[in-house]
Amino acid sequence: MAQADSKFVLRLADDHLILGQRLAEWCGHAPTLEEELSHANIGLDLLGQARNLFAYASQLLGGTDEDRLAFLRLEHEYKNVLLVEFPNEDFGYSVIRQLFFSAFMHPYWQALTSSADAELRAIAGQAVKEAAYHVRHSREWTLRLGDGTEESRQRVQTAVDDLWSFTGELFEVDDLYRQMMEAQVAPDPVSIAPTWRETVVATLEEATLQVPTETWMQTGGRVGRHTEALGHLLTELQYMQRAYPDMAW
Amino acid sequence: MTVKHSPLWEVFIRARNGVAHKHVGSVHAEDAEMALQAARDVYTRRGEGVSIWIVPTAQIVASDPHDKEAMFEPGENKPYRHPTFYEVPDEVGHM
Repeated sequence: MAQADSKFVLRLADDHLILGQRLAEWCGHAPTLEEELSHANIGLDLLGQARNLFAYASQLLGGTDEDRLAFLRLEHEYKNVLLVEFPNEDFGYSVIRQLFFSAFMHPYWQALTSSADAELRAIAGQAVKEAAYHVRHSREWTLRLGDGTEESRQRVQTAVDDLWSFTGELFEVDDLYRQMMEAQVAPDPVSIAPTWRETVVATLEEATLQVPTETWMQTGGRVGRHTEALGHLLTELQYMQRAYPDMAW
Repeated sequence: MTVKHSPLWEVFIRARNGVAHKHVGSVHAEDAEMALQAARDVYTRRGEGVSIWIVPTAQIVASDPHDKEAMFEPGENKPYRHPTFYEVPDEVGHM
């Protein structure tokens, strides 16, 4: 049976760690108590998925401490897509960012449940159920904000337009990724694209929002070239491990 | 900014198959679907349930606390109404 490359596992782990941290930022700031918990729940789901992936990556790397991978790398060593580091801005941005990401991850995890890598299959088996709920939650909010008041519609349309060019990176294939595809460890993103588009377009249209026609896409996350936002996020994320090296609970 | 409070919904959760839904609390939400999701997120985070009911709080008809003497006291001195005078077979399980 084929085994994943640790660099590929780390990309996936970073996507989930960084978005989990973004959602955690809503603690104490969400519009209602109910949404505070929803965002914390989704954030913790993502953190749990990240943790499984970091544990697996550290095993592939011969036993590196998973905390070091999660908390002690430098900015350019994180290989997450730029979409997940995009600041929360407002509730609408967070909902749309989640819709774009989860609409991709749900079919992606589904595909990973038949990966040639047994460990990834196991991680995906649990994650796919969590991702299904993340799609549902962000979809329902998109419908209500888009088809809501004049202000909510305008705000969420701005979020859609701003975040659209960050979705191309989800489908990127480079040399490393091609190797993972050839080893049947990872699915071809081309096979994920129709499901992603169907979920996103159907949701935006039902929400009376315009689907952007922009085709130019941002890139850089997978090679460690990040937006300014990631550095600020990492200072908070890494604070405890940097202030108290090797601390444990 | 206008502050408008969403309607209140009562949440009932069935802990496992075979037992009744039990009232666990309430959530604010704009509509039924969002209330269901909020209930799931607030009340089933630790594996508490396998089924959720939500009911608009405004739809609940409650007894008036002022009527409690007439409503409930007559039942307090009638021990013969309790089924305590016969053995329940083990096979019955929880009742």
